[in-house]
Amino acid sequence: MDQTHGYYVPHSSNWPFVGAIGLFLLMFGVSTALNGAGFGSWVAWIGVAVVLFMMVGWFGNVISESEAGMYNLAEDRSFRMGMTWFIISEVMFFAAFFGALFYARQMAIPWLGGEGNNFFTHLFLYPEFSAEWPTNGPNALGGDYQVMAATGLPLINTLILLTSGVTITIAHHALKENNRSLTAWMLFATLSLGFIFVGLQAYEYYHAYHAMNLKLSTGIYGSTFFMLTGFHGMHVTLGAIMLTVIWIRVLKGHFTPSHHFAFEGVAWYWHFVDVVWLGLYIFVYWL
Amino acid sequence: MSTATTTHGHEDHGPTGIRRWLTTTNHKDIGTMYLVFSLLMFFVGGAMAMVIRAELFQPGLQLVDPGFFNQMTTMHALVMIFGAVMPAFVGLANWMVPLMVGAPDMALPRLNNWSFWILPFAFTLLLSTLFLPGGAPAGGWTMYPPLVLQTGNAFPFLIFSVHLMGISSIMGAINIIVTIMNMRAPGMTLLKMPLFVWTWLITAYLLILVMPVLAGAVTMLLTDKYFGTSFFLAAGGGDPVMFQHIFWFFGHPEVYIMILPAFGIISEIIPTFSRKPLFGYSSMVYATASIAFLSFIVWAHHMFTVGMPLAGQLFFMFATMLIAVPTGVKVFNWVATMWKGAMTFETPMLFALAFVFLFTIGGFSGLMLAIVPADVQYHDSYFVVAHFHYVLVPGAVFAIMAGVYYWLPKWTGYMYDEKMGKLHFWISAISVNLTFFPMHFVGLAGMPRRIPDYATQFADFNMIASVGAFVFGVSQLLFAWNIYKCARGGKKATAQVWEGAQGLEWTVPSPAPHHTFDTPPVVK
Repeated sequence: MDQTHGYYVPHSSNWPFVGAIGLFLLMFGVSTALNGAGFGSWVAWIGVAVVLFMMVGWFGNVISESEAGMYNLAEDRSFRMGMTWFIISEVMFFAAFFGALFYARQMAIPWLGGEGNNFFTHLFLYPEFSAEWPTNGPNALGGDYQVMAATGLPLINTLILLTSGVTITIAHHALKENNRSLTAWMLFATLSLGFIFVGLQAYEYYHAYHAMNLKLSTGIYGSTFFMLTGFHGMHVTLGAIMLTVIWIRVLKGHFTPSHHFAFEGVAWYWHFVDVVWLGLYIFVYWL
Repeated sequence: MSTATTTHGHEDHGPTGIRRWLTTTNHKDIGTMYLVFSLLMFFVGGAMAMVIRAELFQPGLQLVDPGFFNQMTTMHALVMIFGAVMPAFVGLANWMVPLMVGAPDMALPRLNNWSFWILPFAFTLLLSTLFLPGGAPAGGWTMYPPLVLQTGNAFPFLIFSVHLMGISSIMGAINIIVTIMNMRAPGMTLLKMPLFVWTWLITAYLLILVMPVLAGAVTMLLTDKYFGTSFFLAAGGGDPVMFQHIFWFFGHPEVYIMILPAFGIISEIIPTFSRKPLFGYSSMVYATASIAFLSFIVWAHHMFTVGMPLAGQLFFMFATMLIAVPTGVKVFNWVATMWKGAMTFETPMLFALAFVFLFTIGGFSGLMLAIVPADVQYHDSYFVVAHFHYVLVPGAVFAIMAGVYYWLPKWTGYMYDEKMGKLHFWISAISVNLTFFPMHFVGLAGMPRRIPDYATQFADFNMIASVGAFVFGVSQLLFAWNIYKCARGGKKATAQVWEGAQGLEWTVPSPAPHHTFDTPPVVK
C-alpha cells in the first residue's frame, strides 16, 4: 500500500485476473452449452460464481481502502468520471436495441408493405402483408398473439420506478444532512421498489407467455419487446443489488455527508435505469 | 517547456515472476503486455494473410479448400483489428499517456489490469474455433446475417469473443479518458497536451460510444440464431440490412479508432525529426474532433449497394466526402511542419514519412469509394481491399512501428539497431506497395474480394501481390528481432533520446523508472 505520493496507486491485485478467468469460464460455458455440450452450463455457472467471488473481493478491497481514508478528492473524481462513462456506454448498448426498434418500425416494416421502391418485394414475396405496428411479420411468426397494453401493470411499474427515483433522492439529501436513519429507510424503500418492479416484470412475462402467446419468437414485436424490457430488467436487478450493498454499508456506518461516492454512483445508475424505462414505456408499450 | 522531478525510483515490492505480470497495476507493465500481445497477434494474423496470398499466388484452387480460405479471411481481419492494431494502440497509450501528461499511473490501475487480461482469453476463445468441427467463422469479419448464422459450432465462440474484446476496449477507454481528464500535471492545460494524448482522448470517446453498439448487434445475432428472435429475418418483420446499419454505426467509428492514435504518433514524430514545433497544433486538435464527429454520420457508405433510398445515398456520400477536409488539414500540417525543418531520417521518421505518403493514397481511394455511382462498380472488389489495406498497413501499422522505434529507447534504456531498423523500413515500404498497389488494378478490372480463385487475366498482378506479401511477412521478423535485441542491451539511451524531442516523457531517465511522476511535474 503505497501512500507516499498524492494519488493512490494500488501495488498489485489478484482480482482482475480472477475476473478475467471468471468471464472466460462464463462465456466458454455458454458457448459450449449452446453447441449442445452437457458440461457447458456447469462451466458457465462456475464462471458466474468466480465473477461474483471477484466482485466481492475486489469491491471489498475498494471499500476497506475507502474506509481507511486512502481516497482523496482526486481518486473520488476518477471514480465519478469512470462511473459516468460506464453509464454512457450502457446507454449506447440500449441505443442499439432502440435503434433496431425504430428501424423496424420506420423502415423495415413499411418496406415489407411495399413502400418506397419496394413495390415488387411486397407484390412477389408478401402480397398479403400490410404494414402496421405491432407485427410479427409477413409470415406471422409465433402465431396469433395479444399486444401488451400500456395501462395496467406497465403503468404501475412506471409509477414504482418513478417513486423509487424520488426515494433515492430523499435518501441522498438525508445522507448529506447526516440524517442516517432516514437515509437507511429511504434506501430500503428504493431497493424494495426495485425488487417489486422486477417481480411484477416477471409476472408480466409469465402472463405474456401463458395467456397472451406473446413470446421472444413472436416476430419483430416479440423480439424487440422482450430484448428491450429483458435487458432493462437485468439492469434493474443489478441496480437493486447495488442498492442493497450500499444499504448494508449505510447500516454499518459507512459514508460521510461529504464522502460517499459509492452511494452516488449507485444513485446515478438507478436514475439511468429509470430513464431507460421511461423510453421503453413510451416507445415499446405506449406508442 | 517543462521540468520534471522523479522521486524514489524504487522497484515494486509486489510479487515477482509470472505473478508480477498477472497482478500488476503498473501502467508500464500493462503497456508492455499489451504491446507483446499485439506483436504476437500480428504474427498470427500475418500467418493467415500468408495462407491467403499463397492460395492467390496463381489462379485455380491449390493449397486450401475454399471453406478454409474463407475462415482465413474472416479470422485474419478479426485478429488484426481486435488483436493486433487496437491492443497496440492501447499499449502505447498505457505506456505513454501517463508519461506525457505527468501522471503517476493510469487513473484506475486495477481496471487497467483487467482490461488487458480479458484479451488473451478472448483470443483463446476466438482462435480455438479453428479446431472445432466446422472450423472457424467464415462469413467475413463483418458478420452479416443470414450468412453468419450458418456458422457451425464456432458461432457462439465468435459472438462471446467479440463481447470480451468489447468489454476490454470499453474499460480501457474509460481508463484513458479518466487519466487524461483527471491526472494531468499542474499547468498541463488541455491545449498543451501532446497530440498523441489528444487523439487518444477522442479515440476513447469513440470506443465508449460504439463498442456497446457492436455488443448489441452481435447479441441480436445470437438471439436470432438460438432464441427465435427475428431482428434480421424479414419473415418476422425484421431486416437483414438492419444488421448492416447497426454494425457499420460501430464499424465506421471503429476504422477511425484504428487511425486517430496513428495521427497522434505521427504528429509527435514529425516535429521531433524536423526540429520544429508541430505546425497548426490547435487546428490538428479540431480536425481530429471533426473527423470523430463525422465518423458517426457516414456509416452507410459501406453499404451503398444494398438498395437504400436515394436521399440516404446522397447524404452519406456528401458526409463522407466532407471527411477529406479535416484529413487534408492534417496532411498539410504535417507537410508544413517539415517545411524548412532541419530534418534527419532515423527509422521512426522514415516510417512517419511513409505514413504520410501511403496513408494519403488510401485516403484518396477512399474518396473514390465515397462516390455512389463509382462505388457501385468498386463495391466488394479488390479495389476496396487495396483501399483499406493502404490505410491500415502503411497507415495504422506503420504508425505503430514508427511509435515503437520512437519510444523503444525510452522503454528499454537502449538504442535499437538503427541499421536493422532502416533495413526493416525499406523492405517493408517497398513490399507493402508491391502487395497492395496491384490490388487497385485488379479491383478496377473487376476481381471480387473474398474468393480463393479468380479469372486468369488477374494472374500477373496477383502473383506480384503475393510475392510482396511474402517479403513483407518475412521482413517483420527483423522488427521482432530488433525489439528483442533492444530489450536485451545495446547502446545506452539518454533521457532525451532524440535531439529534437520535446515533452514530459523525455524528461524522465531511459529506461523510464517503474514509478514516474509520483510528485507531479510543473508544466509552464
